[in-house]
Amino acid sequence: MSSNKKYWKSVEELNENSSVVETLQQKEFAEEIPVDEFLGDKDSLEGSKTSRRDFLKYVGFSTAAASLAACEGPVVKSIPYVVQPERIVPGVANYYASTIADGFDFASVLVKTREGRPIKIENNDLAVAKGGANARVQASVLSLYDSKRVKRPMIDGRNVSWEEFDREVGGALEDVSGEIVLLTQTFASPSTTKLINEFSQKYSNVRHVVYDTVSENAALNAFEAKFGKRGLPNYDFSKAQTIVSIGADFLGDWQGGGYDAGYAKGRIPENGKMSRHIQFEANMTLSGANADKRIPVTPSQQKAILAALYGYVSGSSSTSNLPSAVDDAVVKAATQLRSAGSGAVVVSGIPDDDAQALVLAINEALGSSVMNTDNPRMIRQGNTEEVNALVEEMKNGSVGALLIAGVNPAYSLPNGKEFAEALAQVEVAVDFAMKPDETAKLCKYVAATPHYLESWGDIQYTENQFGLMQPTINPLFDTRQFQDCLLKWTDNNNSYYQYIRETWDGSIDSWNNALHDGIFEASAPEGTVSGTSSEVAVVNASAAARRLSQNDEGGGLELTLFTNTALGDGQQANNPWLQEMPDPITRASWDNYLMVSKADAESLGLENENVSNGALNGSYVNITLGDSVVKNVPVIIQPGQAKGSVALALGYGKKEGIQSEMQVGVNAYPLYKDLKSVQRVSLEKTPGMHEFACVQLHNTLMGRGDIVKETTLEIFNTKDVHEWNSTPEVSLDHIEKEVTSPEVDMWEGFDRSIGHHFNLSIDLNACTGCGACVIACHAENNVPVVGKSEVRRSRDMHWLRIDRYYSSEENFREDLDKKENIAGLGSSLSEFGELEEPADNPQVIFQPVMCQHCNHAPCETVCPVAATSHGRQGQNQMIYNRCVGTRYCANNCPYKVRRFNWFNYTKNEEFDYHMNNDLGRMVINPDVVVRSRGVMEKCSMCIQKTQKTILDAKRDGRVIEDGEFHTACSAACDKGAMVFGDINDKEAEIVKKKEDDRMYHLLEYVGTKPNVMYQTKIRNTSEA
Amino acid sequence: MKKVNYRHSTSRLLLLMVAFLISFTFSGFAQESAEGGAVSQEQAENQESEEGEVSAAAEASSLGDVDNGKSLFNSLCAACHKPYSESIGPALNGVTDRHEMEWLYKWINNSADLIASGDDAAQEIFEEYNETPMTAFPQLSEQDINDILAYVEQPKPEPQSSGVNDPAQASGGGDGVSVNIILGILVFVLVMLLAVLFLVNKTLRKFAYASGVVIPEKPKGKPIHKAFIENQFLVLVTAVVVLLGVGYFAYGFVMQVGVDQGYQPIQPIHYSHKIHAGDNEIDCKYCHSSARTSKQAGIPSLNVCMNCHKTISEVAPETGNEDYSKEFYDKEIAKLYDAVGWDPAQQDYTGETKPVKWVRLHNLPDFAYFNHSQHVTVGGIECQKCHGPIEEMEVVYQNAPLTMGWCVNCHRETEVRMEGNEYYEKIHEELSKKYDVEELTIAQMGGLECAKCHY
Repeated sequence: MSSNKKYWKSVEELNENSSVVETLQQKEFAEEIPVDEFLGDKDSLEGSKTSRRDFLKYVGFSTAAASLAACEGPVVKSIPYVVQPERIVPGVANYYASTIADGFDFASVLVKTREGRPIKIENNDLAVAKGGANARVQASVLSLYDSKRVKRPMIDGRNVSWEEFDREVGGALEDVSGEIVLLTQTFASPSTTKLINEFSQKYSNVRHVVYDTVSENAALNAFEAKFGKRGLPNYDFSKAQTIVSIGADFLGDWQGGGYDAGYAKGRIPENGKMSRHIQFEANMTLSGANADKRIPVTPSQQKAILAALYGYVSGSSSTSNLPSAVDDAVVKAATQLRSAGSGAVVVSGIPDDDAQALVLAINEALGSSVMNTDNPRMIRQGNTEEVNALVEEMKNGSVGALLIAGVNPAYSLPNGKEFAEALAQVEVAVDFAMKPDETAKLCKYVAATPHYLESWGDIQYTENQFGLMQPTINPLFDTRQFQDCLLKWTDNNNSYYQYIRETWDGSIDSWNNALHDGIFEASAPEGTVSGTSSEVAVVNASAAARRLSQNDEGGGLELTLFTNTALGDGQQANNPWLQEMPDPITRASWDNYLMVSKADAESLGLENENVSNGALNGSYVNITLGDSVVKNVPVIIQPGQAKGSVALALGYGKKEGIQSEMQVGVNAYPLYKDLKSVQRVSLEKTPGMHEFACVQLHNTLMGRGDIVKETTLEIFNTKDVHEWNSTPEVSLDHIEKEVTSPEVDMWEGFDRSIGHHFNLSIDLNACTGCGACVIACHAENNVPVVGKSEVRRSRDMHWLRIDRYYSSEENFREDLDKKENIAGLGSSLSEFGELEEPADNPQVIFQPVMCQHCNHAPCETVCPVAATSHGRQGQNQMIYNRCVGTRYCANNCPYKVRRFNWFNYTKNEEFDYHMNNDLGRMVINPDVVVRSRGVMEKCSMCIQKTQKTILDAKRDGRVIEDGEFHTACSAACDKGAMVFGDINDKEAEIVKKKEDDRMYHLLEYVGTKPNVMYQTKIRNTSEA
Repeated sequence: MKKVNYRHSTSRLLLLMVAFLISFTFSGFAQESAEGGAVSQEQAENQESEEGEVSAAAEASSLGDVDNGKSLFNSLCAACHKPYSESIGPALNGVTDRHEMEWLYKWINNSADLIASGDDAAQEIFEEYNETPMTAFPQLSEQDINDILAYVEQPKPEPQSSGVNDPAQASGGGDGVSVNIILGILVFVLVMLLAVLFLVNKTLRKFAYASGVVIPEKPKGKPIHKAFIENQFLVLVTAVVVLLGVGYFAYGFVMQVGVDQGYQPIQPIHYSHKIHAGDNEIDCKYCHSSARTSKQAGIPSLNVCMNCHKTISEVAPETGNEDYSKEFYDKEIAKLYDAVGWDPAQQDYTGETKPVKWVRLHNLPDFAYFNHSQHVTVGGIECQKCHGPIEEMEVVYQNAPLTMGWCVNCHRETEVRMEGNEYYEKIHEELSKKYDVEELTIAQMGGLECAKCHY
């Protein structure tokens, strides 16, 4: 039953005596305005040079100046094209299909351009090869306008022309004595492979080393050993019935990411069925948060679990030496896997060749149709052994020239310092870089490369699925692609564009169609396959299982290094949108931090505390691994973190080529030894407290726990809807009436049956918390970035937030009872007992919340200047030019979705983010106004988009079909969790959503009648 | 009359002076009208002599009817040829000297045939003009061709004398001078009158004194301001009136802040909407094409100008008017060529472009969203409804106040054009039932909601 559960957002809320929580529940604006501090201090008042009369003078003068300045309008110049390109109509957006392939994120996208400027990234619906654009891909358009980019080629830090650069580098390459090594990202590009082959033919001593910043080496090795190709198995989670993940965050960036859309399809209960997801993991990931059952285990236990699971699935063993509670879960998982038949799948993220080989073996033994090894993914090609060998070779001087493209090894290699020293031994060091980063600083030659939105390219997602990358803007700077440079240096006068066309000439039917769609299916053309098929070895799975199950006991805590949703591998660390996006799990932004379990924190004396305004502070630790020490890492105590394990996100702590505001967090790469994500480390507490910008405790539930509704699949299938999703009732003349009934309504309803009436449905089952909608909303609506200290003060401007709620397994009180009972049973079960403590293994629910567009909106009635009013189409309209900033509306909003502009965030040195420079402002959507200081703002239900759809239909004189209306968030959600439409169109999908049994409104009993609805979360808790 | 103390009384003196002045003024007027007359005579002479020349030329050419030739030339030839300068084809003046008449007939009737027949002269011309074939005109009779040639063989008219070319300056200056003179004289007269009155008064007082008449002294009353202050009612009323007046003007001042109705900036190129949209009746949306599909009407890019101006490098002589001469307009077209990088001599683009920085007239604030296509294409609103009589504007000014009240009024009054638009079918049916009207205004459609324009 939904209402029995207790939900909480922060561990602090579980403390019944917390004064902080009490304060936050009572007050909308927790922080007092420091009037007393200023006026109460007599000395400072008297010492102040500004007297009352001065103050009045200033006010008088500035008023007079302002009114005088207002008298004369500025002269606005308007400069049309000299020759207007045929396809550009000023004021009308053009869309181009392209592909992002930065070595970490690979996705087919649509680029929205206005007057030739890319302003937004959208999903390419045609893309079948891969899921949609995640938060980083959505935000990548802002990285195009990064003012820190390398603007022209440089030699020894001196700006040179490309001619000079070609001459110098060409000459240097001719004369080089040792080997020429290309150290690159995974391009997964047939044309680039072919081109590098040609380059090798010209300079006979060329070697290509592929380096993935975040390695999938183990999975690649295992796949190569079994199938003779360096690739990764492809999974279609929409077919899955039982998913068992052992340390694989497959809803995150595991093996290239993009699996969340397929997964979400299987999570929506249809005909009483949905997939069952069991997750064994150490740190709380998106996958664990979405799992039906999550078992927190350390990475070393994960290996044993995988081995045991292999034994149970293949029938080769029936016991394991796992703790009984965990063993029980593994046994049940194995049973469920077997019963799911071809819909069963096991995935793992353990960075171990044996483990990955076992995964392939288990899935094969299960006959899984979810895993596809015939059409493997090609978007990870990195080879750790070669990278490690390269550093050694560089040191002993056998490398004559090193051409680095798309990677930043001086920052991201665990032995970055060693690499930097070795680089000095290399005669010719060329870095193809977009940023003056750590590596570019060390290289003599720096070739300025364009952003992917300024480049050509072809990308091989899988064996037979390809994508094309096309420029959507002229290069902003004097840049040249890596491939164009190689062409120049192989004396090929073609451009890379011509080269790609030549490569595909004959292999595809129509180049124009392929370019239009951005994706196509084909087989790779001749000469573009990188590695030749190697010998296929027979892998002995049981031997692998045996090796895995042998405990590799070591001292210290087990550290998992992961990539978080916002920054990934850290390439876009200079992107303020991403920095400000709160992490889906911890809700902290502008930081990375060590996540530790509550038990470990207590034993190490680590603390988290909430200060009076709800902001979070945490202790610091030093992390030691061998001889590398990462100092002053802030700590967050993470519910659900396995005891004995800690976790730290990669990608932070960059210092070069990044502006000072974004130099946040610590660099975890020095701990990424052998490019393996699991390490054994020791912690040492250091003094001081870190100030987090964590929005976790902002706007607490205020005792309204029923904002989230969830139930189990069993109840959903068997019980009446009133049992698990009842509409609240109120008493009218001593008769209980549903609050939705018009009789109990204080308000006079308007007739909304005519015209459009927009509703948005959010399916809590399909939402994985990925945050793509948050960034899409930022980009579409010109939402400002406020910076770390402002976020800490609860002044974040996100129009759309994804609330994360924790809940205990069952009723909270029952939990405590249960725990006491178990503790009495014996020491072997004590660990299991602790598992059930609410903060140790909570269930997680993600709930995107934006303005609910209440038909009976509390905010509208309290506005003294009628700056917020209601539209016939259902929008709660916020009129910025009318707003005087009383903030009454925010106080009266039960959903806490209104955001106040405390400052002017545009052209303001204090907020030196993209809106403070001409380049960054190019990303601003011209159809949405940039708000000024002192006004409220909030979600507009993307009225600019619905209005445009309506206008297009009016111009064409046609009826609007279902699916044409979109908001930025619903368009960005490739999981189908957000559905937007017109409920007056009886055929629309949104009408079905509204009539669905799972549908409920937030805080229905308040009687606000929102136009945003939610679908109750269903968990598949069946154990058999 | 006993005493005649002053023989020359001031009044007589005054009369005399006035008479003198008036006669002076008249002579001034006369002079002016004489000048005007002289100018018009000059003009007339000029015109006459020109006409004489023209008619002489026409007679001299004796090829045909110049008037018919002119109309034929304008309708058939002017797209590619100009009489006195090169265009897509060669300048036609003097063509009868360069070629035989028979050859010309053949060429004009079908140049391709002539080229194909291997005629040297024909091939030479064909190659010289980038092998651009000339349209065949088999419909032209020999007489027609004679008429055209008669028209183009007229000698180039000399530029008209500056007096005529700059009538604005001449006449404007003349008017200004005469008015000033009149005003000056009037002021002088008034001053004289005042002086005379003073003198008369003085003289009369002297008379009175001399004749012993005692002028009674007026008793000194309270000064008026004291009286005013003491009358509280008056003070109150005045205060109220003053406050109301100040309030009225302050309100008027505040309400016009930011309203730029009548804003008429000087543009970098003097583009005359009157000539294009008025005289030549070019559709607004030919140049402002994005008004049909976009929120912006768009300032046409220069390549749109060149669609026509590639061949129109100068305006017709009759386009020049009192305020702006033909030379002035031709100079503005030259500015366009300079901006777009067109070399009229080579008939080619140089590639050097200088984008034109137009001054924007209609500046809606950022927080107001306006979409042209909604109004132009969907609503079928004439451009003039908001922009005023553009076709009469030599220099465009902002016609409408562009205030919210102005927008809202129109949305209240205007009926939505729904016929034939499937989008509106359902909503029209439902709404007309609801409001019990056949025609729906924009307001009834929800066009007054804040967020329809502010987001």
